[in-house]
Amino acid sequence: MWFFTPEEKDLQKVCRDFAQKELAPFAEKHDNEESFNLKAFKHMGELGLLGITADPDHGGSGMGATAATIVMEEFGKACAGSTLSFLAHSILCVNNLSSNGSAEQKEKYLPKLISGEHVGCMGMSEPEFGSDAVGMQCKATREGDGYSITGNKMWITNAQYADIVYLYTRTGPGKKDLTTFIVEKDTPGFSVSKEIHKMGMRSSPTGELSFQKCKVPLKNRIGEEGDSMVHMMKNLEIERITISGISMGIAEACLAQCIKYAGERKQFGKNLAHFQMIQKMIAEMYAETQAMRRLLYTVCYEYDNGNKSNNLASAVKLQLPKMATRIALDAIQLHGGYGYSREFPLERMMRDNKLNEIGAGTNEVMIMIIAKNLLRDALRD
Amino acid sequence: MNDFQKELCTSLRRFCESSIEPHMEHDDHEGKFRMEIFQGLGDYGVTGVTLPEEFGGAGLSYLDYAYVLEEIAKASVPYAVTVSVSGMVQTILKEFGNNSQKQKYLPALTSGKEIGAFALSESHAGSDAGGLKTTAKKVDGGYLLNGTKMWITSGGIASTYIVMARTGGEGAKGVSAFIVKDGSEGFSFGKAERKMGWKTSPTRELVFENCFIPTENLLMEEGQGFKVAMGGLDRGRMAIGAISVGCAQRTLDEAIKYSLTRKQFDQAIFDFQGLQFMISDMATETMSARLLVHAAAASIDSGKTNSKLCSMAKLKASDVAMEVTTNAVQVLGGVGYTSEYPVERFMRDAKVLQIVEGTNQIQRVVIARHLKKEYEHHA
Repeated sequence: MWFFTPEEKDLQKVCRDFAQKELAPFAEKHDNEESFNLKAFKHMGELGLLGITADPDHGGSGMGATAATIVMEEFGKACAGSTLSFLAHSILCVNNLSSNGSAEQKEKYLPKLISGEHVGCMGMSEPEFGSDAVGMQCKATREGDGYSITGNKMWITNAQYADIVYLYTRTGPGKKDLTTFIVEKDTPGFSVSKEIHKMGMRSSPTGELSFQKCKVPLKNRIGEEGDSMVHMMKNLEIERITISGISMGIAEACLAQCIKYAGERKQFGKNLAHFQMIQKMIAEMYAETQAMRRLLYTVCYEYDNGNKSNNLASAVKLQLPKMATRIALDAIQLHGGYGYSREFPLERMMRDNKLNEIGAGTNEVMIMIIAKNLLRDALRD
Repeated sequence: MNDFQKELCTSLRRFCESSIEPHMEHDDHEGKFRMEIFQGLGDYGVTGVTLPEEFGGAGLSYLDYAYVLEEIAKASVPYAVTVSVSGMVQTILKEFGNNSQKQKYLPALTSGKEIGAFALSESHAGSDAGGLKTTAKKVDGGYLLNGTKMWITSGGIASTYIVMARTGGEGAKGVSAFIVKDGSEGFSFGKAERKMGWKTSPTRELVFENCFIPTENLLMEEGQGFKVAMGGLDRGRMAIGAISVGCAQRTLDEAIKYSLTRKQFDQAIFDFQGLQFMISDMATETMSARLLVHAAAASIDSGKTNSKLCSMAKLKASDVAMEVTTNAVQVLGGVGYTSEYPVERFMRDAKVLQIVEGTNQIQRVVIARHLKKEYEHHA
């Protein structure tokens, strides 16, 4: 985009090269085997990407939503699953810890998370509380010089690899009595209870976390009791924007592949490019991706310049993933039998992208939020 | 639905629920086809629904057939596809085969003891099937087949293949149709495709290297191959439409059941108006598609097959299947994305329904061709 800073442009180039060299060639293998590209993850640490938005005083890069979204977009073009794991680590865990943790907590946990020595995850959703996350039941009770945590967390990206869990728990009867903790992997009473098999994002491990009277010291509580709502609110926007960046990358990769194929594949004696139906598909993909990319980065720009709009971030999250599913389905269609086969990455991209319409708040939750914000006064009858 | 169709579907549903459903998640994961399931369908009399009884068929109508395919597809799209492709091969043999060919090949297919497959596509001849390159060279007593067929549904599990090959010059007029049995010398299977869906139904390359086919295995005469291929097309399209309806209906059922029991914000998610609109649209679209498929089936039963209607049914129903299955995953949310629930499998299975039996782009070309002819004729 014309308003990217020189630093952001450099970042884009670095990420593009890295993604094409270290993610794209292995995406099919990891999708197939449902395995995590740990090597690439470690390398992201060496490049300084794992703390892209984190506090520079503790090893972070201190960049903004634009920079984080650039990484998502470039990685998303190559391997959405690895990108989702990167997001769960750097945005859901590291960014939250960086903006809500104490100086002491940051000093203890951030350097290893940012170097890639440790993998992080975030625990919010539960089996019975998905869209209605605030209703969560995983309980932390005050006990001696700390807390005892009991309950389950579901759909946790990076669960099986995580050394550090950024965890939300219930500490009181009120709807908003929620408290945040840092839990280390080896804490007694904590385990990863099951691996979840998914339609897509198969190179990003997903699991269920189980806490059975898991003792966590007081010093691992983030802020005060009841602070979780404030913590959650602070970073909702960047989470919605960055996951949409993955869909942006997927849509662009699909379009690029369609343009290539239209010039290679011959039917009825000529390139597919000559058929008006193919032209329509490609022209519409272009128009949509361009419109969405401008929306995405304009919202990033505003975010980085002090306008954290919940509505705009939700609008981005509602529109981008939907668009990418549509484009990926059309891209498969344009490739016909080849598109349906695993010889081309398109069917994987489609499977991967569907998650973005569900994770980090479903399309339906985005609609609820936007409507609630816009109709606040009208709803007071 | 008449009483007979109701009874047929009820008993078929019991079979599908007890014998197909329990294996599907595992078999989808492993890419495993089970011959005993197909033969079980044969025992139910649904592997040769429309064929006359004299050839071992059930002698039923295409409307009955549409109900059967929808029912099987509700448990498994790939098994419904295996039945429909084998059914198309039977139709071709019945319409274009001579007496001895019918006697020889039909009974094993109608009874479900064996599977039939249809080989037209090649790597460079997909939508443009007339550009196929596999050759059949006339030799003493028969033909020598050379070439490779691609995307062949039931490749490797079928015993009887209808293979299109070039006996003459370029274009559709130089193509002839042959019956080829598995095990013929010079006939082997190439790579198995790794696909997004339809994983229990193998899709493979067929490789012919100087494969000798006796003259008695030629269908009709030389150069009639495209007539043979096109002869099965309308019914094949109606069948894909019926399978699409079953695929959509199953995930609609799952979405409704789930949303009635899943609670968020202290109420069943079904009670949110946003969900109700989504589900009502899914149900309306599925029913529209079903009615169009039934209209196409009725036209076949009337003896005056309406090709335009068959194309419209295939186009509409497969588009509906894609949309409804995608929305069903959305309704189930996180669990819909996992293999714990069947909706993501049906969504993956739906996509190729828009591609096979003529892509939906080709259906639009066909529909437009019919419309042009109709309007020019009336002008």
